[in-house]
Amino acid sequence: MDVRTLIPTNGGEAIKKFGEGWRKQLATLQAKFSGDLGNVLFPGEAATDFPIVYVSLAKVIELLSFLKTEPGFEYDFLADLTATDEEQAPRFEVVYNLFSTVHKNRIRVKVKVSEGEEVPTAVSVWPGANWAEREVYDMFGVKFLGHPDLRRILMDYRFEGHPLRKDFPLRGYQIFTEPQVIDPKLLD
Amino acid sequence: MSKDGSASFFTTKVDALFDWGRKNSLWPLPYGTSCCGIEMMSTLCSDYDMSRFGAEVVRFSPRQSDLLIVAGIITTKMAPVLKTVYDQMSDPKYVMCAGACASSGGIFNVYSVLQGIDTMIPVDIYLPGCPPAPEGFLHGLLQLQEKIARGETHSHRKLAEHKRGSSLASS
Repeated sequence: MDVRTLIPTNGGEAIKKFGEGWRKQLATLQAKFSGDLGNVLFPGEAATDFPIVYVSLAKVIELLSFLKTEPGFEYDFLADLTATDEEQAPRFEVVYNLFSTVHKNRIRVKVKVSEGEEVPTAVSVWPGANWAEREVYDMFGVKFLGHPDLRRILMDYRFEGHPLRKDFPLRGYQIFTEPQVIDPKLLD
Repeated sequence: MSKDGSASFFTTKVDALFDWGRKNSLWPLPYGTSCCGIEMMSTLCSDYDMSRFGAEVVRFSPRQSDLLIVAGIITTKMAPVLKTVYDQMSDPKYVMCAGACASSGGIFNVYSVLQGIDTMIPVDIYLPGCPPAPEGFLHGLLQLQEKIARGETHSHRKLAEHKRGSSLASS
């Protein structure tokens, strides 16, 4: 099977249901964010089950709040916020999976980040992004600008390195026998 | 005195008497972190009934228990907690390490999992299995009881070392 053909999703073939709406939404986005919008991957044309929109680092929060509030879009639920290590020039891609509880459809926003760059935090748009961004920081070392409480969430505070980076050794054990001290000064 | 007039008495060492008492009234502290914990609960409940072997008084405070049952995966973030719990238990204390994850890390040979709790605390009895069945828990408990009766647990060794040290100091 060619993955570039339709990918059935849980609710049947989403493109039959939402294809037209997605086209219209993407046209609106192109008009509003023309310069800052990167690649747009559409289901049926690329290996994806719902549209992927790449956006520049500067405009990501503006785009997210637009998607959340604009009538006709209303992607009001942040289903997931994660990242990938691409092992190439902009090293990371931060991924926002959005769901609309009004229209029952989904969209995915991606932003390319090179090492050391900071992504503006999405906590102002979705308070639930707080822990998700902490997890991305913990696992990938991507920092979020303006995050209220950016510290490790899964690993020990004394842990060194970011385990989901591709260059992190699979067996990079770091064993601590003493309980961790919760000291705000450690949590940079 | 017996009926025929001969003296009938029973001699034993006080230590052996204490060990006999301890082995028949182990108070477990359940440290169930995953599926092994479910098997342990089943062992403690009426189907398998660990109380037949004197180990039914489950205490959730390390101060009141003498058998630490580590049943399940111990992540590196959980490791210091386990160490603290073990340190808080009063001597003599015994550790039962149930299942592949607690014994060796199991299939999780990765950065986030402790590769066997024996890298951190002494273990008296290992139960194989993924997870071990309730029969396995009972078998392990019986083996541990025999080990306590023979005086071969880590607590016995620690006590013996302590006595040797104090006798050296006094002589």
